[in-house]
Amino acid sequence: MRVGVVTFPGTLDDQDAARAVRLAGGEAVPLWHAEHDLKGVDAVFLPGGFSYGDYLRCGAISRFAPLMAEVIPAAQKGLPVLGTCNGFQILCEAHLLPGALTRNAGLHYVCRDQRIKVENATTAWTGDYTAGQEIVLPVKHGEGRYVADAKTLNALESEGRVVFRYVGGNPNGSLNDIAGITNEAGNIVGLMPHPEHAVEDLTGAPSVDGRGFFTSILQRLVNA
Amino acid sequence: MRVDNVDRAKNTPDEPMPYAELGMKEEEYQRVKEILGRRPTGSELAIYSVMWSEHCSYKSSKVHLKQFATKAPKSDALLVGMGENAGVVDIGDGWAATFKIESHNHPSYVEPHQGAATGVGGIVRDIMSMGARPIAVMDSLRFGGLDQKDTRRVLPGVVEGISHYGNCLGLPNIGGEVVFDPCYIGNPLVNALCVGLLRKDQIKLATAPGPGNKVVLFGARTGADGIGGASVLASATFEEESQAKRPAVQVGDPFMEKLLIECCLELYQADVVVGIQDLGAAGVSCATTELAAKGTGGMTVDLNLVPLRDPTLRPEEILMSESQERMMAVVRPGDIPAFMAICEKWDVPATVLGEVTDTGRLVMTWDGEVIVDIPPGTAADEGPVYHRPFHEPAGQAALNTHVELERPTDLGATLLLLLGSANLSSREWVTSQYDRYVRSNTVLAQPADAGMLRISEVLPGAEETTRGIALATDGNGRYAKLDPYAGAQLALAEAYRNVAVTGATPLAVTNCLNFGSPEDPEVMWQFAEAVRGLADACRTLGVPVTGGNVSFYNQTGAAAIHPTPVVGVLGVIENVADRVRPGFTAEGLRVVLLGDTAEEFGGSEWAYLAHGHLGGLPPRAHLEAERALATVLTTAAGRGLLAGSHDLSDGGLAVALAESCLANGIGATVSLPGEDAFVDLFSESAARALVCVRPEHFDALAALCARQEVPCYGLGRTGGDSLAVAGAFDIPVATLREVHERTLPAVFGSEV
Repeated sequence: MRVGVVTFPGTLDDQDAARAVRLAGGEAVPLWHAEHDLKGVDAVFLPGGFSYGDYLRCGAISRFAPLMAEVIPAAQKGLPVLGTCNGFQILCEAHLLPGALTRNAGLHYVCRDQRIKVENATTAWTGDYTAGQEIVLPVKHGEGRYVADAKTLNALESEGRVVFRYVGGNPNGSLNDIAGITNEAGNIVGLMPHPEHAVEDLTGAPSVDGRGFFTSILQRLVNA
Repeated sequence: MRVDNVDRAKNTPDEPMPYAELGMKEEEYQRVKEILGRRPTGSELAIYSVMWSEHCSYKSSKVHLKQFATKAPKSDALLVGMGENAGVVDIGDGWAATFKIESHNHPSYVEPHQGAATGVGGIVRDIMSMGARPIAVMDSLRFGGLDQKDTRRVLPGVVEGISHYGNCLGLPNIGGEVVFDPCYIGNPLVNALCVGLLRKDQIKLATAPGPGNKVVLFGARTGADGIGGASVLASATFEEESQAKRPAVQVGDPFMEKLLIECCLELYQADVVVGIQDLGAAGVSCATTELAAKGTGGMTVDLNLVPLRDPTLRPEEILMSESQERMMAVVRPGDIPAFMAICEKWDVPATVLGEVTDTGRLVMTWDGEVIVDIPPGTAADEGPVYHRPFHEPAGQAALNTHVELERPTDLGATLLLLLGSANLSSREWVTSQYDRYVRSNTVLAQPADAGMLRISEVLPGAEETTRGIALATDGNGRYAKLDPYAGAQLALAEAYRNVAVTGATPLAVTNCLNFGSPEDPEVMWQFAEAVRGLADACRTLGVPVTGGNVSFYNQTGAAAIHPTPVVGVLGVIENVADRVRPGFTAEGLRVVLLGDTAEEFGGSEWAYLAHGHLGGLPPRAHLEAERALATVLTTAAGRGLLAGSHDLSDGGLAVALAESCLANGIGATVSLPGEDAFVDLFSESAARALVCVRPEHFDALAALCARQEVPCYGLGRTGGDSLAVAGAFDIPVATLREVHERTLPAVFGSEV
C-alpha cells in the first residue's frame, strides 16, 4: 500500500510522516509540490511545517501548488487524505474541509503532549481507534484555533464530523475544543495534533498512540 | 555618486578617512596604510574595520584562548579544532558531530525577537558550512531579575524569536538554560548552540583553492541589515546626498534558511562544492577574505553582481551588510550548471560573483573600477593582537570573605522557596514554545539534564548505528564572580555531569565566554582567569575545546555583568536505547546519592534567595571526583543498572529530589546520610548525582562506586505521593508541582 507524503518548500514533518507510514508496514512515496503527479498513490499525507514560510495565511499559498491541483479533485473523488497541523491548514484553505485555523488564543506557539478524545472511529484514518477512546499526541503550533460559523459547527457536530476533541485543557482556544474534523465522506481528515511524532518508544512523545492512524489507513486500503 | 577607488586612493593620499567612526584605532589605521602602501579606499577600510573588530578578530582574547590548544588533552575524537566555523568530533561508526555555541547578546537587547532569531540562524549556518545536516538547537539565556520591568520586554521577545526561527526551520530545541539575575538587566545573554551530523570523511572547510574556480553567493538577497557603521563611509566622506540612518539589527527569514539547509545538503551530496563559508558578522567582507586567505590566496569579485534587496546600497555597505541566510561557495566551473540547477529546485537565488586566483590579492570591482586590492590574509588572519593589562578587582578579597548566614529552621519552607524561585522554577513557559519533536530523533529534551538524539535516522547510510549524542550547556555567573577560575571549571563540570547522567560519555567542549569590557583590567582579569580555569579543567577531564565564541562589552556604563562562561559539552552513547530517563521512573526503586557533600554555600541559590547575599567562595571544582562519577554513571547505564537519574546542582539535594519526584509524579521517602540536614539538603557541592535503581541492582551499583571511589548512599525508596525526608519535611508532590510551575506564568501570563 502506497501513501504519498507531500513536501512543500518549508514542510518540516515529512520525514516523520514517511517513517510512520513505513513502521506501519506501508510504502511512503515522496510527492513534490511542483509536480502534477500523484504517482498512483493510494492515500496522501500532508505533513506539518511552515510551507512558504506561512508568510501569508497558513496554507494559503500551498493550496495553489501544482500538486494540489491533483490532490484536490482526487480527494473529492474519495482518495484518503490526512492533513496534520500545516496540512490541516492547507486542507481548510483548499476548501476540502470547512472552517479555518487562526492564531492560538494565548498568542504563543504551544508544544505539549496533549490528551485527545477520538469522537469518530469510522473515518479512513481512525478505524483502529474506538469512539470515546482517549489518546495522547503532541501538539505544536501557533495557529491551531479552529473556528467556523455556527451553521458549519452545527453541521459538523450533528453529522459526527468532529473526529478529535481536546480534553484536559484546550491548548489554543478552538471552538468546541475541536482538534480535528472530517469531510462528509470520511476520507479526508485534518487535525492539529501530530500522530507521526507518537509512533516509537525511543523518540517523540511519551506515547505510541499515533500508530492507529497508519494502521487504520493501511487496513482500509487492504479492504478496499 | 562617486565611489572611492584604488586609483583615487593613490592620488589623494592625505584624504581623511573616518576610521575612528568605524571603531578603528589610530595605530590600526596606520597599519592598514603600511600593509597597502597607500591609504585604503572606503571599501577597503570597510573590510579592515569589520575584520579587525573585536567580534571578528578576537584581538583582546587571542593571547588567552591559545591555552585551549596548548593545554588540550590528547583526544582521538577531535577531527577539526578551533579556527574553523565549528569543531568536528568523531562519534564512531564513521560518523561525526559538529557543534558550536555563539552569542547574540547585544542585538537581543536592542530588538529581542530579531536579535535572538538571527542568533539561531547564524549558528545553524556555521554548522551547515561544515558539511553537516543541522539536527538540533539549544539556547542558554540570561535576563535581568524576574521582577524587573525590562525583563518583561526582553524575555518574551527573545523566547518568541527563538521559537519562531527554530520552529520554522524544523530543528528540535532540546534544552538549554534560563537564568535571572539583576546583573543582566541591561545586558541579557542569548547564547545559541547548534549541533549537526555528517559523515566523517565528508567534512567541508572554508577554503577557496584552485585558480579558475567560481565564487558563488547564494541564499537571500543583500539588504541594509546590520550596517550601522558603513553609512559613515557612504555619506560622510563622499559628500553629496546624505544616506538615511540604516537599521542595525538583522532581520531573519527562517523559511529561506530551511530552503538553504536542504539546498546545501543536496549540493554536498552532488559533490559540487569545493569550499564553503556562511555569511555572518561582516558578511561578504568576511567570507571573501577568509575563503581567499585559506585557499590559493587570491580572488576576484565583481560587487555589482551581488543581488540586492535595496538597490541604493553602495559597495561599502554591501561589504558590511549582515543580511541573513546567505552562503558563499567555491565551485569548479564544470559543476556550475549542476550547482545552479539544485539552487533553482529549492528556489534559492545563486549568483557567480567572481573566481579564485593565485595572485595573492583579493580584488573587487564596482562599475569597472578597482575598489579593493588587498592581500586577504592581512584582513582575515593578521589582525591586531592586544595583551590587555589585567589585575584582580579591588574588592575581590572582600567579596571572598566568608560571612556566616543565619540558617532556616523550617527546611520544608526553604525547599519551597527554592523550588518556586525565579531560577529553579519550571522552565515550561519557555520550553513549551519550542518544537522538541520535529524530525522525530529526540530521545531526551527539556527538562532532562541533557538533550539526546539518535543518529540512525538522520542521514541516509546511518541506519546501522545504534549510537546517540547528548548535549548540555551550563554556566553560573555567581560562582564565576566569586572565583572566575573555579567558576569556569564548575560550568564545565556541570555540563559534563549533565551529559554523563543520561548515560553518555562526555567527548568535547564548546564555550561562549560572556564578559564586560576588555579595556577594564578587572574584567580582563576575570576573563584571563576563566580561560585558564577552563583550559586546565578540559585537560583534567580529557575533553578538548573544539571552538566557541567570546562576547565582550556586556556592560552598561561601569557596571559589567557577572563573568559568565557558558560551556557546552557533547557526549556519545554507544546504544541510544540505554539512555537513562530523568528522575524517578517507577515506584519501589532505591534512591541513591552518589558523591560527597561538604558545607558549600558560597554563591548558592539559597544564600541569594534567603539573604540576598553573594560572597565567600564557590563550591570546590573537584574534577577527579567528577571524572570518577561520570565513569560510574556511564558504566552503570551501559549495564542497565539505572532506572532514572538527575544531577545535583543549584539548590542541592533537596531540589534534585523534588525535581525527580516531579518528572513522573512519583514521590519518595528518604533519610539523609549526614549529621546536618540543612547542609545535606541545600549545599551545592559539585560531583554529585541522584539515581534510582531497582532494589536487585543496588549491590552492583555500590560495587561499581567502590571501584571508582565514588561515595554511594542509599537514601530510601520511591513511591507514594509526597516527598518525605526524615526529620525535615513531608510535602505532597502536588504542592511541589504547584509551587514549581506557577512562577513564570505569574509574570509572563498563561502559556495557552
